[in-house]
Amino acid sequence: MEHLKPLLDYVIPGISLGTIYALIALGFTIIYRVTEVINFAQGEFVMVGAMCMSTCTRTLGLPIPVGFALSVLLVTLLGALMEWLTIRPIRRASVVSMIIVTIGCSIFIRGAAMFLWGKDALPWLEIGSQQPILFPGDIRVSPQTLWILGITVSVVLFAHLFFEHTFAGKAMTACASNRKAAHLMGIPVERMVLYSFALSGALGAVSGIVISLTYFPVYDMGVSLGLKGFCAAILGGLGHNLGAVIGGVTLGLLESLGVGFLSRVVQMSSGYKDVIALLVLVMVLIIRPSGILGPRSNDKV
Amino acid sequence: MDPLGTRSRPLRERLPLPLFAALAAVLPLLLSNEYYITVLIFMGINVLLVVGLNLLMGYTGQISLGHAAFFACGAYGSGILNVRLGWSPWVCMPVSLLFTGVLAYLIGKPILKLKGNYLAMATLGFGLIVEHMAVEWGDLTGGPSGLSGVERLTVGDWRFYTPGIRYAYLVWAGVFLCIVLAQNLVGSRIGRALRAIHGSEVAAGTLGVDTARLKLQVFVLSAVLASLGGALYVHYLGFIAPASCGFVYSIHLVTMVVVGGMATIWGSVVGACILTLLPQVLTFLEDYDILVYGVILILMMLFMPEGVVRGVLAAFRHAGAKVSGLGGAGPRAADGG
Repeated sequence: MEHLKPLLDYVIPGISLGTIYALIALGFTIIYRVTEVINFAQGEFVMVGAMCMSTCTRTLGLPIPVGFALSVLLVTLLGALMEWLTIRPIRRASVVSMIIVTIGCSIFIRGAAMFLWGKDALPWLEIGSQQPILFPGDIRVSPQTLWILGITVSVVLFAHLFFEHTFAGKAMTACASNRKAAHLMGIPVERMVLYSFALSGALGAVSGIVISLTYFPVYDMGVSLGLKGFCAAILGGLGHNLGAVIGGVTLGLLESLGVGFLSRVVQMSSGYKDVIALLVLVMVLIIRPSGILGPRSNDKV
Repeated sequence: MDPLGTRSRPLRERLPLPLFAALAAVLPLLLSNEYYITVLIFMGINVLLVVGLNLLMGYTGQISLGHAAFFACGAYGSGILNVRLGWSPWVCMPVSLLFTGVLAYLIGKPILKLKGNYLAMATLGFGLIVEHMAVEWGDLTGGPSGLSGVERLTVGDWRFYTPGIRYAYLVWAGVFLCIVLAQNLVGSRIGRALRAIHGSEVAAGTLGVDTARLKLQVFVLSAVLASLGGALYVHYLGFIAPASCGFVYSIHLVTMVVVGGMATIWGSVVGACILTLLPQVLTFLEDYDILVYGVILILMMLFMPEGVVRGVLAAFRHAGAKVSGLGGAGPRAADGG
């Protein structure tokens, strides 16, 4: 136990960071499954969620559950609006054109956020006490970490239940596996695309809210978070909900353990942690070209 | 031999090149302001990168989300050799190009086996690694604030960089050569093989195209073009920072390719020019520029999802068909290479 303790100091934050990445990755996966579009505005959904939550609870003084519901609702609408205004009109264009449209949307949303909230960071979210909780074996865990784990795990479970046990969820899975067949079976594919953007918005909002427990929300936070979520989604094999979760947690662990390795073993700047994570990621891709959960064959595009 | 393709092609395809050359020769003379000349130089550098990227993305169908890394290799490679070792820029530039080519070969060999999004991810990862190294390896690269004091191009006492118009001609001469090279490549047997790979790699392979080798060659070519852009950049400004060759720039390059139109060389020229110019035009909006930029990007894709050049040509053809009362021109995209 003595030897394991330093390791745990990195594993626990790594997992909590990883579950946040997992939520963002899930947002990417849901849209990708139905449309094959990589939504570059996913990070912006996260940012808007965090900003709204901070405004609702810290500036307006609303109770946390109300703020939570309002923020999620708002970003869900934002996702739906984005699909309706920009993706639907070009649904016959190539996927790459749609991806560029999502880049345009992300630039626009970031600009609008800068205009609405300014360039300075907003206050973060405070829930309960800040004192670390002592677990047996002298392991300290901050309450934020527990909140993050609790919320992200329940959202992932909720998403799982949605996809496995509701009609809309099953219909979306059908669209993912074969769009044309789904259409022929009478599933309204266009509505499913709308739902996928709305649901991704909701998941993005939750990840943003959870992130604002440990980071200050700021208008340009979406770029790096979206990037991490995208990495996690591919690491797990794009198009698998479970894969997104595994990919996210793997990436979080890699980063956190990378910091530990750099600071304790080789005495280098922790700035290299991303380099380590990315190197492992590229290696994984070269060894397993379709991600951790992807099909074994190389030919899957 | 007919390297400029003046004989064999129809007028519609022969016309743009001399027009472009004339424009590139006259435009710098018309711009009185040194700032406009600088924008023109950056436009040319972006064209170099975007044409190279389009060969890879548009023609061969291999996406790269880390192309700015090769720009960084060219810029930092040449800059570091010059600042840390004191070599002449004329030596640094070819050495950094060679280095980037070798690096692209070594990286491309394993990762070009990947397809679609996984290739996107691997190139993105590579790009981010280079960006982080530029930030973290401060002793060599100058860290987040960048590498400054890079020597600028001179021949004896004759300065290439002031007035900037000289450098503009140098860059655009490079662009001209790059376009000729790209057009000949695309029109050749190799170009057809590349398009075959885009269509179906398996089919191309069964027809005797060495797909792995060709993909690697195009990857290296586009990387070397990107590093040429980087080297020209650093020896003009005398400065390079990680922020100007990171993930955001990579995405910007892909955007230029798609806005101009996949698999059209002239589209890349137009796309790079529009998207370099747009932020400069929008600066009068101050903080709102990013909002308007986003909207314009969305609108361009909504109304011209096949790219600006094809969109405008189709609009002209449509209008022409209406005037002549035929109405049967159809929406077939122009394949101006």
